[in-house]
Order: sequence, then C-alpha cells, then structure tokens
Amino acid sequence: MTKLKVTVAVTGLNNIDSPGPGIPVIRGIKESNDFDVRIIGLAYEHLEPGIYMHELVDKTYMIPYPAEGKDALFNRLMEIHAKEKIDVIIPNFDAELFSFIKLEKKLEEIGIKTYLPTLEQFEERNKSNLPEYGKKYGVNVPKGAEVFSVSDLNNALKSMEYPVMIKGKYYDAYPAHSEYQAGLYFSKMSAKWGLPVIVQEFIKGTEVNVIALGDGKGNLMAAVPMRKQYITDKGKAWGGITIEDSTMLDLAKKIISKTKWKGGMELELIRTTGNKLYLLEINPRIPAWVYLAVGSGQNIPESLLKLALGIEVEPFTRYDVGKMFVRYSYDMIVDLELFSKLATSGEL
Amino acid sequence: MLIKGNIALSDNGFVFNPSSGDSFTMNHTGKEVIMLIKEGKTINEIIELMLEKYDVDKMTLERYLLDFMNDLSSNSLLEE
Repeated sequence: MTKLKVTVAVTGLNNIDSPGPGIPVIRGIKESNDFDVRIIGLAYEHLEPGIYMHELVDKTYMIPYPAEGKDALFNRLMEIHAKEKIDVIIPNFDAELFSFIKLEKKLEEIGIKTYLPTLEQFEERNKSNLPEYGKKYGVNVPKGAEVFSVSDLNNALKSMEYPVMIKGKYYDAYPAHSEYQAGLYFSKMSAKWGLPVIVQEFIKGTEVNVIALGDGKGNLMAAVPMRKQYITDKGKAWGGITIEDSTMLDLAKKIISKTKWKGGMELELIRTTGNKLYLLEINPRIPAWVYLAVGSGQNIPESLLKLALGIEVEPFTRYDVGKMFVRYSYDMIVDLELFSKLATSGEL
Repeated sequence: MLIKGNIALSDNGFVFNPSSGDSFTMNHTGKEVIMLIKEGKTINEIIELMLEKYDVDKMTLERYLLDFMNDLSSNSLLEE
C-alpha cells in the first residue's frame, strides 16, 4: 500500500524532566502504516532535546514565544511554510494554544490544517472556570477560587481547610499547609504564569488520568485511563500503568459528548478512598504520556492526524490493561556547530 | 467471599488489580489461599484443607488467615 506523504509540524520538543508531548506525538505518527511523514519541529528554546533527535525530527525552526502575539507567530509560520509546505500543525503547549486557535482559519487559508478545540471550549475548561464547568456538566470538582491578589487569596482561604492546592494559570500546583505557605506559592505562581492564581480544595486520593480524543461532533474517538505509579517532585508521572475503569471512560465520554470537544485532551482526576472521582483539570491537548496509549493499542496521534486531514477514522474500542510506561533520561552528545547554526539561523 | 473477577494471578504469585493498577507479590501460601478462594472454597473449607497439609494448629491458622483476608479486602481484591 502506498503511504500518504505528509509534512507535520509539531511543538513541545522539550523532552525534559517535565516533558512536553511533542516527541511521543511524533513517535506515534512515525509508527503509522498509512503515512510517510516529514516532521518539522517548532521550538522555543535552543536546548529543547527534540531539536537534536534527528531520527524523529527532520528539521526544526525556532518560533516566537506566545507572549509576542499571534501575528508574530503567523508571520514566522508563513516563512516556514514557504520552505516546507506544512500539511498539519499539532501544537502541544497550553500557553500557545490560544494563538493557534485564533489562527486556525488563517492557517487553513494557506493550506495548513490543525485539529483544535474552539476558543469557547478552550476557555470554558480553564482551571479558573472549573467550579462552573462541574456544575454545568454534572462532574465532581474540588471547591476553588481564582485569586488576583494576596487579599483575594486571604479571603478565599477563610472558607477553606488546609491543605489547599495553589495552582498556576497554565502549569504547576503546590499543596499549602498554612496561610503563609499559600502566600509564598501565590507569589511564585503569579510571577511564573501570571494572574489569576487558582486556590483549590485538596482532595485526598489516587491520581488517575484519562487521555481522550474528540471529533468535535460529540464522539469519543479514543480514550485510555492511566494511574500514575511514580510521580516526580514536579508532579509529573515518570511511570504509569493502564487500568480498567469504566467510570473514568464514562466520564470522558460524557465530557466529550456534552462539550463536543475537538482534539486531544487529558482529564486529571483523583479517586478518593470512598471511590468518588473528582475532576481536577482538563488539559486541552495531548498529554506527554500519550505513547502509553499508543503502546496499549490506541495510536491517538495518528488518529488526530487523520482527522485533521479529513480522513475517516473509526473510534477505538479497546486497549490493553496493565501496560506500563517507564520514562528515562538520556544524554545526547551535540556538536557546538549544530547549536550555533540553530542559534544564528533559527533553523536546524 | 469471592476474589474480584478481573484480578489477575500469575503462576509466580504476582497479583494485578486492573481497576486500580496496584500489584502485589504473594508468597507460596498467599498464592495458594487465593487459588482456593478462586476455586470457590469457603473459609472453613480452606482451613480444613490447610490443616491437613501443614503442620499448624487451628487457632494460629485462623488468625493468619483472617489477617490475610483483611489485607485482601483492604486492597480491594475481594468482591464487596
């Protein structure tokens, strides 16, 4: 069978201790029997490891940080597109999604496809909107509030019990056991990710996650539940195992069908000792542990690519239970020449 | 008393609970008790079988067996 030639641009090449999903997304796509893929890496930092992983990434271009705005991003993508003729872009960072969603139509006009949630879907599942989200869709969520100042924080803490979770707008979460500690984390989170900072009730239990893919029409195209087995000090799973849990799958189905979510997502959940599931967060993109889903029978990056290209995809109906992933770090040796080429020309 | 239907027990005594992702390593006796429960034996039948097979008094066996059953239950391996 002839493989379809496609050029796919991917962000999130930061395969570091708190890894971006780019590399596992690429691995999934490269394993497809239906595509002959050229991978274009889009990087923000010169030391994103994926840039130097030439067996997975054919060419990398530096792109401007999200803070520089969507126009700067679009102009750079135009330059890259002129050279590479990109078919599909798969963005993998929360912080860049706003710009990519805003640019969806303009990108489509120049022949670049994406497969992203709508701006409404993206905003609605924001951490700070979680209580309303829970109410609207009938999902258990921890009590919480968004705070914009220390006095906001202190007011919110009056009606909460310690510990509380202090969360950054995009990433990071820390448990605080006192008002003092909460104040420290508030400063840290607001300096790093901006305002608001989210204060959330601490739910004790086991951390479980579901990776899911929605087709934008309410259909759940793929879903795999996972339990984190080893968690780093940054809260990232360094090991995990697929589990058999129909309630988690039902929840994913319910959320995808009610919101008509388009694209990849990750539900971050806690299962309490009383066996109740709480939704902590919805990440609006494929998570970094996506390769576990690929390894257990659901090649979600391949399905997402097909959906983006308008190719019909059957929903996955099964996955292997008891498949594990164990992450590792690996030192690559890189010649200074490559680094300098990237730093001076913005491409490698 | 029943072991949950989806619990996997391998020949080397490795037990995996696919609902929680938890895994356990049983010694020979633990594995034997789980096999007997899976076969549908009652506690009294298990006690009788083990008294015949091992050099142990009934009171000690019952105490250890009860502890073991509590462990199975608290780790969500038994049907409620």
